[in-house]
Amino acid sequence: MSEEDKVGAGPSQADAPPVGGSEPGLRARGASKVGAGNTAPAKPPLSKERQRQARRRVLRTILLSGGVLGAALSGYLPLAYARKPLLRPPGALDEKDLLSSCIKCGQCVQVCPVQAIKLADLDNGFGIGVPYIDARAQACDFSCDAVQCILACPTGSLTYDKPDFLPVRPGAQLAAKPVFIPKQNDPEPTLNLKERMGVARLTRPGTCLAMQGKGFKGQARGPGFEGMMRYMAVDRWKPIPIRDHPYDVEECDLCVRECPIKGAISIEVVFMPNGTQRKSPVVHEPCVGCGVCEMICPVEPTAIEIVAREVWKS
Amino acid sequence: MTTPLQRRYVDQILVMLGKEPAKPRQAGEFTARAIKVHELKRMTNKADIEAAKEAHRANERNHKWRNRRWATLIFANLLFVVSFYFDIQILEGALTASRFVGFHLIDLNSALQVMLAHKHIITNLLIGTGTVLVLWILVGGRSFCSWICPYHLLAEWAENIHLWLVKKKLVTDTPIDRRLRTVFWIVFALLAIVTGYTVYESISPTGIISRALIYGGSALALLWVLALLVFEVFFVRRAWCRYACPIGLTYGVVGIVTPLRIKYTVEGCFHEGDCRKVCLVPHVLDTVIKGRAVDTEVPIGPDCTRCGLCVDTCPTGSLQFDVKGLAKLM
Repeated sequence: MSEEDKVGAGPSQADAPPVGGSEPGLRARGASKVGAGNTAPAKPPLSKERQRQARRRVLRTILLSGGVLGAALSGYLPLAYARKPLLRPPGALDEKDLLSSCIKCGQCVQVCPVQAIKLADLDNGFGIGVPYIDARAQACDFSCDAVQCILACPTGSLTYDKPDFLPVRPGAQLAAKPVFIPKQNDPEPTLNLKERMGVARLTRPGTCLAMQGKGFKGQARGPGFEGMMRYMAVDRWKPIPIRDHPYDVEECDLCVRECPIKGAISIEVVFMPNGTQRKSPVVHEPCVGCGVCEMICPVEPTAIEIVAREVWKS
Repeated sequence: MTTPLQRRYVDQILVMLGKEPAKPRQAGEFTARAIKVHELKRMTNKADIEAAKEAHRANERNHKWRNRRWATLIFANLLFVVSFYFDIQILEGALTASRFVGFHLIDLNSALQVMLAHKHIITNLLIGTGTVLVLWILVGGRSFCSWICPYHLLAEWAENIHLWLVKKKLVTDTPIDRRLRTVFWIVFALLAIVTGYTVYESISPTGIISRALIYGGSALALLWVLALLVFEVFFVRRAWCRYACPIGLTYGVVGIVTPLRIKYTVEGCFHEGDCRKVCLVPHVLDTVIKGRAVDTEVPIGPDCTRCGLCVDTCPTGSLQFDVKGLAKLM
């Protein structure tokens, strides 16, 4: 019998009264029930209707179980496609470990001064609620100085100290602690990062202004762009919109100019296959993959991109 | 020799896991004073009871506890939202894990999922989980569900629509086996261990709604929540909270040891069953059925969400909030 049936029936269907020998005065009324608990009465056979109901109930139970488990496991779907890996915040564990350890609370989102960190939706399957960075829209420029998202993380999904039992992918490890240009004159000029988030790569050299020997004048990403960055010369503590900081350069070097990591990128003279000389941004080993170069690149689509989770291959 | 209340205490734990409540039959399963009350009730004139019942029911419905609860639920969730929106840093994070003025708070079920999936526990996680455990031992286990969980509020509204449709005979309520929730709990725990992903978190409406409120976005995930609500409106009353949610069971386990609960006093009760009609978990109120109370005062079991709807509904004040041992202490 269902809970509702019982409720609906109300007091008229009240259960057998308590009985016993200890109360002689009660015996007369309850006599017929004495001993009812010792020999359980045989259950009457279920009616056709009841059987039908029971069958339906089992079916529904199976349906709901299947539905919920199906929905739960659909998290595997996006993993099954070969998706472009997402750029994760600094200090993130490797993808699988990040997904298993992240408690999806978004505290990293809350502390980021430039709101670079976003939480993924259900199309990321098990990655729902897990932080990622869309560097082209808003990169991590480390304007918090101390890598606040790592400090905020309650589960160690973003961490300074990866536990020993978790392997470090070869090439993910930084050769040295990255020197943070805004702090390079401080007593402690480095960022506490041991692994890179990815590596910058000049994926569209043909469109790169530096490669074409062109300069750049104006707002790096146009007047409608909402991305922010901290410019040390403007304000040591407060990030400002990039559109409020126009550029005027003879030869475009925005990616090099704004890179927050010392020695991560430089403009070099490269020789083209046809023997001509060109200037080109060249990425070096200290690159942590923060994505500032991708955000600032003034051409559309960006000439330089972060390859998320990429390791350094010499 | 176990007392009737002790036996009931153990039985209620099993009831939480899905067992049907045991029907006390023999004299030994009741206290002497309970037998006396039941006997007195049987000897009372039925017409008198009906008359008194009608008189009581004519009283205006009061919503004291429901209003307090809704206010608390909305306040708690709003505190998350404004903490981020205005950057006032009182309650940072989401329901799965947060910091209350710097103190880590971590949802027990989320913490469990993460620990099972990741198999590595860091200090902050342990501190936050411990804090929340102590907090919910103090304030009553599944009170998390009805006083904090944002899905609960949506489901309550969906339930009202469902009940209205049932009254209009447009839909029929179709209950499911309650053991399903225990099965889900085990399955999700096993899935976390085996796959290494926090599988449950990807469909948890609690986490999804909490994050959507605070951070916006997550349209797809909200569709899933909407689908759940639609299912509850048209098919199964309160399906998620009753038959599926592992968070409820996790907090229910905390409810085993919490001193805060609803207490039932059999003496003035008319057994009309209004409380069981409004209850999310009516199996915990089996004791209010005529002749079932094993003692004159019976505490309600751990699966109770302490929502107070029964307290509001009860025309005779037979169901009340109670803190175990507080009366003695005072």
